[in-house]
Amino acid sequence: MPHVHDHDADHESVYDGLTGGDDSQWAFGTDFEDPLAGVDTTIAQGVDASALAAYCLMLGDDALVYSHRLAQWTSNAPDLEDDIALANIALDLLGQARLLLARAAAADPAVVPALPDGSPVPPEDALAFFRDEAGFRNVRLVEPDNGDFAVTMARLLVFSTYRLALLERLRDSNDPVLAAIATKGVKEVAYHRDYAGRWFLTLARGTEESRRRLLAGLALVWPLYDELFRTHHVEAAAADQGFGVDPSGLADEVGVVLEQVLTTSGVERPEIAQTGAVNGQTGRGGRHTEVMGRLLAEMQVVARAHPMGLW
Amino acid sequence: MTASPQVSAGDETELLAAFDAVIERHERIEPRDWMPERYRSTLVRQIAQHAHSEIIGMQPEGNWIARAPSLRRKAILLAKVQDEAGHGLYLYSACETLGVSRDELTRMLIEGRQKYSSIFNYPTLSYADVGTIGWLVDGAAICNQVPLCRTSYGPYGRAMIRVCKEESFHQRQGYELLATMMRGTDEQRAMVQESVDRFWWPALMMFGPPDADSPNTEQSMAWGIKRDTNDELRQKFVDMSVPQAKALGVTFPDPALVWDEDRGHHDFGQPDWDEFTQVVKGGGPCNAQRIAHRARAWDDGAWVREAATAFAQADA
Amino acid sequence: MSGVQAEWPLYEIFVRGKRGLNHVHVGSLHAADDEMALRHARDVYTRRNEGVSIWAVRADAVAASSPDEKDPLFAPAGDKVYRHPTFYAIPDDVPHM
Repeated sequence: MPHVHDHDADHESVYDGLTGGDDSQWAFGTDFEDPLAGVDTTIAQGVDASALAAYCLMLGDDALVYSHRLAQWTSNAPDLEDDIALANIALDLLGQARLLLARAAAADPAVVPALPDGSPVPPEDALAFFRDEAGFRNVRLVEPDNGDFAVTMARLLVFSTYRLALLERLRDSNDPVLAAIATKGVKEVAYHRDYAGRWFLTLARGTEESRRRLLAGLALVWPLYDELFRTHHVEAAAADQGFGVDPSGLADEVGVVLEQVLTTSGVERPEIAQTGAVNGQTGRGGRHTEVMGRLLAEMQVVARAHPMGLW
Repeated sequence: MTASPQVSAGDETELLAAFDAVIERHERIEPRDWMPERYRSTLVRQIAQHAHSEIIGMQPEGNWIARAPSLRRKAILLAKVQDEAGHGLYLYSACETLGVSRDELTRMLIEGRQKYSSIFNYPTLSYADVGTIGWLVDGAAICNQVPLCRTSYGPYGRAMIRVCKEESFHQRQGYELLATMMRGTDEQRAMVQESVDRFWWPALMMFGPPDADSPNTEQSMAWGIKRDTNDELRQKFVDMSVPQAKALGVTFPDPALVWDEDRGHHDFGQPDWDEFTQVVKGGGPCNAQRIAHRARAWDDGAWVREAATAFAQADA
Repeated sequence: MSGVQAEWPLYEIFVRGKRGLNHVHVGSLHAADDEMALRHARDVYTRRNEGVSIWAVRADAVAASSPDEKDPLFAPAGDKVYRHPTFYAIPDDVPHM
């Protein structure tokens, strides 16, 4: 009767498994520490440090704000499998945001908001939680509320197509940190685009209801499309100095990819007026939509209440 | 359409003897084995309740994802709540091997015909609650769950092994959050103590009513579905938690909590079992909100699930 | 079965953790079709670990034989890995079945 006496041994071995050091089943478990630990953050010859920092904030804020939105799907998705998938995407983007904000702070500490003497808040968190709205440099596309699953998939398709095209070029950045972030990010965002494209097609061809919602979702997202390809002067400098990408050069490629998905889905590219600028400024210039203030109010409330806090 | 299995009395006796022999040898029952109907229904009830707890448990912690005070904590919390969705998924799958679909289980949850752990009917009111839930609530869950890795039903035990591995990470992250906050400001230390005060008694309730009032325990233990009694597990949890609290620098709100040299265990007071009964019966602080949230997510997702089904059928 | 919407079918997921190993059954999930099953498997069971090979098989397509398991209810030809949801009475009174 070999099974009778292993009762306690079995029991103990399970506890051993719990306290052992193997976190391999936990994909994110070992990657929460200083995002730039051990990375050479020297700035290349001919690169203006403050332009590099400003550029990193742009790409970092895109990822941070969109991650925040996608994370709001948690416990709200159509099924458990998609709850998990959306959280994975939000986690990928949050990881990119941390690297980019940390890179911004390392390149030019002047971008980091001042905190009381002795505050233990690390630079990435000072940037995320203590910066005012006008200091955020994300495109406005990532700001609006999620809406339903169709709006979410339409926005995810547009955003990830744009970001993938951008990151693919950014792999050639003369800033080694940006190049490394881009190389890692390309794999992640390729998956995001794939996920969104598949759902876009599914909703377009699923039921009448899903198609109606998808078309409405695309129409909601589309007015913020052209802004993705407006070149801010920081982006122009970034391209000139060889560490960044001029987004106006992405428009054709992004257009072609989206056209493929739209055609396969039997959906027309919307002909809708684009959301205008405010005195010539859009998201990259720190001019945002009305919901941005509320988004930040929620995101920053606990951190701001504890400027000397240790988390 | 329900087909009733036709088994003669003679067959049944023989089958029951084979079943009992497997249990006796501490071997596992697998999905296609014959099993007594009450064993099956008890398992469905227990696994479903466990799965529902994971899914409803996403809400109180999910409540703080948008307000996490550092990017590192935001990533950890999001990954943790995502894990709970995964645990729910594993457990629903185990339950499906007993012939009940996930749709059906979800409907039973929403209609209040199946329960989930009463702890999740308490609100999360500060960021310290994220840590306290990890430390005390996940800690209590681990005490309950580790023995279930050896439960007699194979698919349940296998699901639990995955769940327990990840839960241990959750408990550690919770404790680490509280320990970090205790090294922070006075306000943060006060926040931790307040949170621990609020969750201590509900955490003790997680082991269920005292053994004398637990009608299902005896049969469940005989079948190897359950491995320890409620009171045994509660004692183990208290004994485990006291030194952890001391290391952390917090106290538990129980004047009767004291080491008993003779027993080699801590004596402790009883939770308010009337409150427990009230929460279990639906009258807790968040019962209605939790179910309404789950029902809304499920209903809002119906058109998406239907669209995918329609697309797959058209595509096939 | 009135009132029950078509649930996404159940898939069994097998993962090969690294080259040189067999695919191992890791669990199951729901998906509308094969492609979605693979995508979900990647999210749920591999945490998007690159280079892992995944098989997704519809549970109702798996033929099974397990002489050890004492089940008089299935004829060998109709044997499946899982019991069918409608085969048994559900605990509790379930109006939808």
